[in-house]
Amino acid sequence: MSEQKHIRNFSIIAHIDHGKSTLADRIIQKCGAVEEREMKEQMLDNMEIERERGITIKAQTVRLKYKAKDGIEYQLNLMDTPGHVDFAYEVSRSLAACEGALLVVDASQGVEAQTLANVYQAIDNNLEIVPVINKIDLPAAEPERVKRQIEDVIGLDASNALLVSAKSGIGIDELLEAIVTRLPPPEGDPNAILKALLVDSWYDAYLGVVILVRVVEGTVRVKDKLRFMSNGAAYEADRVGVFTPKHVLTGELKPGEIGFITCGIKNIHETKIGDTITLDRTPCAERLPGFKPSVPMVFCSLFPVDASDFEKLRDSLGKLALNDASLHHEPENSTALGMGFRCGFLGLLHLEIIQERLLREYNLDLIPTAPSVVYKIFLTNGDVMELYNPADLPDVVRITKIEEPWIKATIFVPDEYLGSILTLCQERRGSQVELTWVGSRAMAVYRLPLNEVVFDFYDRLKSLSRGYASMDYVLDGFSEGELVRLNILVNGENLDALSMIVHRSQAERRGRQLCERLKELIPRQLFKIAVQASIGGKIVAREDISALRKDVTAKCYGGDISRKRKLLDKQKEGKKKMRQHGNVEIPQSAFIEALRMSDDK
Amino acid sequence: MVQYNPPPQPSPATSAGEGTKQLAVYIHWPFCKFKCPYCDFNSHVRENIQHQDWASAYLKELAHYRTLTGERHIESVFFGGGTPSLMEPETVEKVIDAIDELWGIPQGTEITLEANPTSVEAGKLEGFKSAGVNRVSLGVQSLRDTDLKKLGRQHSAAEGIAAVKLAAKIFPRFSFDLIYARPDQAPADWKQELAEALQYAGGHLSLYQLTIEEGTQFHTLHARGELKVPDGDAGATLYEITQEMTEATGLPAYEISNHAKPGDESRHNLVYWRYGDYAGVGPGAHGRLTLQNEKRATRAHRAPELWMERVRQNGHGAHEMEVITADQRAREMLMMGLRLMDGIDLAAFATETGKDFSAIVNLKRVKVLEEEGLLEETSARVAATRAGRQRLNAVLAYLLS
Ligand SMILES: Nc1nc2c(ncn2[C@@H]2O[C@H](COP(=O)(O)OP(=O)(O)OP(=O)(O)O)[C@@H](O)[C@H]2O)c(=O)[nH]1
Ligand SMILES: C[S@@+](CC[C@H](N)C(=O)[O-])C[C@H]1O[C@@H](n2cnc3c(N)ncnc32)[C@H](O)[C@@H]1O
Ligand code: SF4
Ligand SMILES: [Mg+2]
Repeated sequence: MSEQKHIRNFSIIAHIDHGKSTLADRIIQKCGAVEEREMKEQMLDNMEIERERGITIKAQTVRLKYKAKDGIEYQLNLMDTPGHVDFAYEVSRSLAACEGALLVVDASQGVEAQTLANVYQAIDNNLEIVPVINKIDLPAAEPERVKRQIEDVIGLDASNALLVSAKSGIGIDELLEAIVTRLPPPEGDPNAILKALLVDSWYDAYLGVVILVRVVEGTVRVKDKLRFMSNGAAYEADRVGVFTPKHVLTGELKPGEIGFITCGIKNIHETKIGDTITLDRTPCAERLPGFKPSVPMVFCSLFPVDASDFEKLRDSLGKLALNDASLHHEPENSTALGMGFRCGFLGLLHLEIIQERLLREYNLDLIPTAPSVVYKIFLTNGDVMELYNPADLPDVVRITKIEEPWIKATIFVPDEYLGSILTLCQERRGSQVELTWVGSRAMAVYRLPLNEVVFDFYDRLKSLSRGYASMDYVLDGFSEGELVRLNILVNGENLDALSMIVHRSQAERRGRQLCERLKELIPRQLFKIAVQASIGGKIVAREDISALRKDVTAKCYGGDISRKRKLLDKQKEGKKKMRQHGNVEIPQSAFIEALRMSDDK
Repeated sequence: MVQYNPPPQPSPATSAGEGTKQLAVYIHWPFCKFKCPYCDFNSHVRENIQHQDWASAYLKELAHYRTLTGERHIESVFFGGGTPSLMEPETVEKVIDAIDELWGIPQGTEITLEANPTSVEAGKLEGFKSAGVNRVSLGVQSLRDTDLKKLGRQHSAAEGIAAVKLAAKIFPRFSFDLIYARPDQAPADWKQELAEALQYAGGHLSLYQLTIEEGTQFHTLHARGELKVPDGDAGATLYEITQEMTEATGLPAYEISNHAKPGDESRHNLVYWRYGDYAGVGPGAHGRLTLQNEKRATRAHRAPELWMERVRQNGHGAHEMEVITADQRAREMLMMGLRLMDGIDLAAFATETGKDFSAIVNLKRVKVLEEEGLLEETSARVAATRAGRQRLNAVLAYLLS
């Protein structure tokens, strides 16, 4: 067991894809924590979806042993974090458990939006920051330019930044030495009253609910009766250990150490991230500051393509929520699409990932509705309601005003694309807060309605900048907006699943677009179909789908009537994949396509 | 799979009662010289065919169906395929004679044989006539050599025309088949070709729009995008041209793909479309038989050798004899009957299904179809309009789901 002064706790933070997980691999490897043959790329990314997409979603912790040049064996607690803005919450709680942070910056890309967002969080947490310039093996690497950027944009001294290549292993020895010499050891008295931070919790098929803690004061041991201060619940610790990355039981955790505890908790929703854990017998007086709960920002409804899959969807969402406290879900009934769930997500990537996991791990084909945000509806009777689903919007005469969430977005973009990005922000009702330059890159800070951002903003940003722009955002309050509900009607019947709340200035364009798309997506049928968009009862766009001109089988297959009948029966069966609206049948695929957020064309 | 499960043998009393009921007989000849790339009919290419054995197998199966049906009034006989013109006229004769002995073939009954118009087969037409055939249906398919080649046919356009002319001389009634909406076929080309065809036509003509059938070579090519056929609006245009031109020459469609001078319709095909009884004899043949008030669907083994073996063992080659439920009967009758220009006789519908048309369909939907000009109903009949027939699959789907 290491002495406390030989412990180093650090998070690896960076913009997405700058090489955090690869760097973690090299550190793990250098410390000999895993056998060579067990080594694989980004080994801490162990969820299937992380491996497939090559991104980190969940922060991971490993305890390592490092024999430094001074001959002392140090205990390193490394936390690899995600770079994507949707999972910023993972970064913030990891930082709360550490004294130091490795700020990784890609030597060719330089400082990007999440670099800035994450490093500011680390600064706010008073962490010691070691800048690490990665990917110096790349021909396009410009470490000197990146150093200057770190100094200019972030204001950190980069003169002793480490130059490494996580891929080829260059500079890892120096990095490890810097970790032990430049980062401070944790403080805390092992004999004090126990005070530990609940960093994370998840459900493990073998261990049950596992909680990850950082001990601040005192010592936690197996059999200790622990008290969770947020609700006063008490549980006996039945396992105490660490990840190396395998789980190893240590029986106790001392100040500064990061490890896991299991204590017979049944459901992660009984735990609160950021909670303070103490001993039930001798509780501590004050709680740790903890953190704000993560709030879902983006909402959409998920309907099973096959209506009989509703119960399966309920089960599957329940299982995913077991390990994902940010995933919210509530049953919903749509006249157009039947029973489904209204779900809340951290962002669009989170939404996409959940949907993909439902498809792949649970074999559920889903129709997702357009992503939307939460609105505050002020009613004439003085009530304020939170609107999660456009379909629930009360009659306009009962509404005095609608407020929508805004964000503050920081966008990094090379000069040459700045013009089109500014236009995009303007189109999306953004207002400029700040515009500065770092070399040939501009940093634009905009206030934008979140509503506009969940509608394909990110895709547009990427395509307008050929992938070079990066963006980070934080919620920035609610403001009143001139918002209306756009309805889509098919032969006069409202398709509630396509209803959306949009700004008045965009409503007509959006309505026209949707009608045009539906015209392409709904196959011609026996009857003429009118697709209309309406705002507050007024039709703003219309497309007609002309009737089928011919649809008949030429041959009658001799006397094989059964075959024809079976074809017809099959057609009837196939109608389960259709949704009937009056005389019109809409294939589910048309809903899916129409609801794709893309704004192009 | 439904097992073969024959009903009890008819007692003399019931067989007398059903004696007046009509019956058409379909004989399937499962062999062809070559397999056409678009064809999904039950046809097989074989080097050696024991014609004697086939003759006796047909006779044996016919006798089996005679026992099942009891006495019937024979409405028509049809030799289909495959390529029945590859049969020996003797075999055809034996079969016709057997039907005559078993049930009796009334004077003037339509006896059709499908023939491919190669010169060899054309040479056999006289023989078929002597055997008792009085109507032939020739698979001309196209009057363009390049297209015949694309369709994998073994005859030229000239041979097709010669066969038609010969048939016109030999038989009192004849028909021929064309396939249109072929790969790359332009409306103007089809107009020209159809105009030529109409010059050679007698009282009957079948004009089939090319269907890409699963399991055929065309299907594979089509799926790979290597074969493009006029579909959607282009197909509709060709269909409309066909209706206009045949009407103008006095050969209007009496069914989706079949055209005739009034009175010259194929009796045999009318049995199918009116949902009458027919015995299906031979490999892969289907039948519909009303036996003691139940409608039964029979289906024979498709493989010629297997069928033959089963006939030897059991006296028949059917592997299925499913009872068609009342609901299915109604669906089948609608499906078939609405293909006819005359539509469905409502009285016959009620007799067949035991229920009135109005009790079976969704009347609201019938009304919508009528308002849209797709369906017409009188007190005696219900029929799809020309517009309705052109979209019959969608009309049926709407009506029956
Ligand atoms: N050439 C080169 N490529 C690197 C280096 N380090 C990482 N990469 C590559 O960069 C990509 C992203 O690496 P990751 O380690 O997954 O990045 P990350 O920062 O963990 O990404 P997120 O967790 O999604 O934010 C991978 O394709 C790595 O192989 C490096 O030093 N040199
Ligand atoms: C039982 S088939 C074959 C008769 C004969 N063996 C012949 O090929 O001439 C009867 C008719 O169906 C038509 N037919 C066959 N396959 C077809 C397809 N895939 N699409 C449209 N018509 C087809 C042809 O016109 C053919 O003459
Ligand atoms: S000749 Fe007729 S039955 Fe034989 S393969 Fe060709 S189309 Fe089919
Ligand atoms: Mg990663």
